[in-house]
Amino acid sequence: MSQRLVNWFKYSSPAAFYGLAGRLVPWFATGSALLFAVGLYLAFFVAPTDFQQGEAYRIIFIHVPAAWMSMFLYLLMAGYAAFGLIFNTRLSGMMAQAIAPTGALFTFIALWSGALWGRPTWGTYWVWDARLTSELILLFLYLGFIALQASIEDPRRADRAGAVLAIVGAINVPIIYFSVQWWNTLHQGASVSLTRAPSMATVMLAGMLVMAFACWFYSIAVILTRARAIMLERERGSAWVAQQVAGSPA
Amino acid sequence: MGSALGWIIRRDLVLALRQRTDVLTTVVFFVIVVSLFPLGVGPEMDKLRPLAAGVLWVAALLASMLSLGRLFAADYADGSLEQLLIAPQPLSLLVLGKILAQWLVSGLPLVLIAPVLGVQYDLTGAPLLVLVLSLLIGTPVLSSIGAVGAALTLGLRGGGVLIALLVLPLYVPVIIFGAGAVEAAQSGVGPEGHLSLLAAFLMLSLVIGPLAAATALRISVE
Repeated sequence: MSQRLVNWFKYSSPAAFYGLAGRLVPWFATGSALLFAVGLYLAFFVAPTDFQQGEAYRIIFIHVPAAWMSMFLYLLMAGYAAFGLIFNTRLSGMMAQAIAPTGALFTFIALWSGALWGRPTWGTYWVWDARLTSELILLFLYLGFIALQASIEDPRRADRAGAVLAIVGAINVPIIYFSVQWWNTLHQGASVSLTRAPSMATVMLAGMLVMAFACWFYSIAVILTRARAIMLERERGSAWVAQQVAGSPA
Repeated sequence: MGSALGWIIRRDLVLALRQRTDVLTTVVFFVIVVSLFPLGVGPEMDKLRPLAAGVLWVAALLASMLSLGRLFAADYADGSLEQLLIAPQPLSLLVLGKILAQWLVSGLPLVLIAPVLGVQYDLTGAPLLVLVLSLLIGTPVLSSIGAVGAALTLGLRGGGVLIALLVLPLYVPVIIFGAGAVEAAQSGVGPEGHLSLLAAFLMLSLVIGPLAAATALRISVE
């Protein structure tokens, strides 16, 4: 009977995880492409024009998912980093390193799409509003994490130093999330909540959620691909990498 | 434990006072940066008065970052840091001592000279007092957060720029509420809320800062 139990720790070894990640990536990549297609169709052709903001509101279909991802991914990165620091697992550090660039990308997209939306709606590309400023700081935190890891040559030390930074920086994420409630600023409050009915048309909400899932699938595919590259690079001296490289069709 | 804390503060103070130029650099930098703004923005007092809090706080923040690189570097170079790591006292306590000593030589002088610079920006009375008070509460937070950055970048090439990238985002809440306190006093709202939050940051950073810096030191040195 014990054979039936899943060995959860099997995939904490890079050699095992490499193969699993390789099998998962095509599924998530395809899923992401399909979800983006559906989401963008809903966003551009099905969702009605907003009675207040006109067509400009359509930026939310990428802006809101990107902003969510930027915060989720930071917490995920800090979580992996903390796990690696506490249990001294090799894979956690690699995952944290793999997440950082995607997180920085989504932070940048959230800021950039917000600026493009702000120009027609608020009349300005940028205001020093609590949420915008804290999102900008999140970008700096990502860049600091990437820069710190890049400047330490020993990967184990880089993982652990990055982990300390990621954990300390995680204090910022709740500040961003609650900034629209704590400070009464220009950025509007959340339109979507788990505890009350959404204050937008159902099709808009559906489009946004589909786009959010598309972003999740995209992130998983890209992060796993990057993690595979990091594994190969870091474990280049080991037998399983030699096997993988020799076995792969050139 | 208390004696170890006192001992390391005394040791770092003696070392700092043997190198008096290091202490002076911070203060001179602070004074020069603050004095450059009227040249850049224009000398009209009506323009400078609303800038006072922000300029003084940004300058204090940059000045206190100057000395961060030296916080652990000399001990690392001559090997005494390794002795601290294997000392029987908890490392975070010793790091706390180093943070306090660093604040005494680089943060406290800024607090003491700030009233003179505040007067240059036409700050008087209650707002000036609030400025000094906010710096007094806020600069130890900068030292405590900065110690984490200094420990993480210990012995790395390009440490100076890297430390700015790591530490400045974490300084943001301090500058918001520090400068906010002065502005609140200027506009007559009352700075108590801002100062209370700063004091909360101080408590939090004195607990988390030494712990995180000690962890980072062990990672950097091993």
